Amino acid sequence: MSSVLYDAQGPRAKRRNVLFTVLFAIVLAAVLWWVYQNLDEKGQLAWDKWKMFFTGTEAWTTYILPGLKNTVIAAALAMVIALPLGAVLGIARLSDHAWVRGPVTVVVEFFRAIPVLILMIFAVALYSKYTDINSDDRPLYAVVTGLVLYNASVLAEIVRAGILSLPKGQTEAAQAIGLRKTQTMTSVLLPQAVTAMLPAIVSQLVVIVKDTALGGAVLTFPDLLSSANTMSSYYGANTIASFTVVAVIYIVINFSLTSFASWLERRMRRSKRSTGAVLGVDKVADLNAAEVGDSFGAEAGGGRTSDS
Amino acid sequence: MFDFLEGYDLLGAFWVTVKLTLLSAVGSLIWGTVLAAMRVGPVPLMRGFGTAYVNIVRNIPLTVIILFASLGLNQTLNVTLGGGDDFDVINFRLAVLGLIVYTSAFVCEAIRSGINTVPVGQAEAARAIGLNFFQVLRLVVLPQAFRSVIGPLANVLIALTKNTTVAAAIGVAEAATLMKEMIENEAQLILISAVFAFGFVVLTLPVGLVLGWVSKKVAVKR
Repeated sequence: MSSVLYDAQGPRAKRRNVLFTVLFAIVLAAVLWWVYQNLDEKGQLAWDKWKMFFTGTEAWTTYILPGLKNTVIAAALAMVIALPLGAVLGIARLSDHAWVRGPVTVVVEFFRAIPVLILMIFAVALYSKYTDINSDDRPLYAVVTGLVLYNASVLAEIVRAGILSLPKGQTEAAQAIGLRKTQTMTSVLLPQAVTAMLPAIVSQLVVIVKDTALGGAVLTFPDLLSSANTMSSYYGANTIASFTVVAVIYIVINFSLTSFASWLERRMRRSKRSTGAVLGVDKVADLNAAEVGDSFGAEAGGGRTSDS
Repeated sequence: MFDFLEGYDLLGAFWVTVKLTLLSAVGSLIWGTVLAAMRVGPVPLMRGFGTAYVNIVRNIPLTVIILFASLGLNQTLNVTLGGGDDFDVINFRLAVLGLIVYTSAFVCEAIRSGINTVPVGQAEAARAIGLNFFQVLRLVVLPQAFRSVIGPLANVLIALTKNTTVAAAIGVAEAATLMKEMIENEAQLILISAVFAFGFVVLTLPVGLVLGWVSKKVAVKR
């Protein structure tokens, strides 16, 4: 795609490119040098501050892995609970009955308009006030509750967009052979929509993993992020090192999930067996804010593949 | 019924949220556009930088970025962003910085997908009349791209509004911080939560509606 914007380069353009490359490299090097200088000055690059991650297993077994485990547990629980809930809400939003469609629409739009952190703060206070869940488990419950409320409504939109992206002929054919509405949904539309939605669902998992960190920062949930905090106070102010290691772990997890989602998306667009409807990774970015403009799905089945 | 609100600066807290949103929005729009230009440009090093930046930043939780800005940049490296000794000012600026770093990756992707919607023929025609890369981008492609990305950018703005609550993690006195404080001190849990939820609905809903209308209005008809 990028080659569309400029011609094959002649000698002058090539020379200019080299100039830009050099200039940019200088700027980049200057910034990196400044960062390096600063880190060095504050002693953050000393081997003392980094060695626990490379020699010995204590830092990993005591801090990072338990934190990672909690992050994964919270994310997995949230996904497992939110997915069926989202499917129900998504289908309910497509109902023919206004008394089902209306309230569900309000609920879905409401929970998408509110920050997850607000939901989590509410949930933790709610649990401490009205339930006897012990205070060690409360953060996990609150994090999962917040994530479920938000992500169920986003997944509801993904399910709805997935169903709407199917060609109309599918519903018509199902009706023509005399299937009921429920049968049309469960044996014709939903199976195809689920395949179309898989990449979007995987990318939603990235959003969930990232949001679990909120619990670590604000609700004292012992997740991967809070393990960075604990480490930097235990090992003596190696904040930069701890945060770098934790950030790299987040990047590895989420990058693998994103790559997996794009791979799924490409594979599905290629396959001839489906109806051609695929909800891509970029759809998820749109759905995670709030509905803008006209309904989804109109363009979702279109052929524009995202290049990556 | 609402007397529990007394003694709390509810509007002030939401005003901080709005300020965080607006400043970060302007910053990330500029930086995101620059990143997008790098990603579609002819210089391989810039392309590589843009791609790496977006892939790294998009996959880190915003919470990690903002906490790092406070604990790493400020407390370890003594970066104050010109805030002097005033921790409120410093934390506010660090939060804006973190939000810009994070949001610009999404702005970049939105604009790049907008550039993808401009038909190949437009860029080809522009090149055929002898415009160079910057002219093609500035005069032909970006004006059309921006019109088609108002919808996606509105989504980014709404997500940004909600993301400002993460600044609570470093103690910026915005809505989520106040909500936490009020819940600790007052008894009306449900009412307080409802007030804050309502506040965010009021902030995000009109943005969505207005920009949704604008994006339809200015969309390039093809």
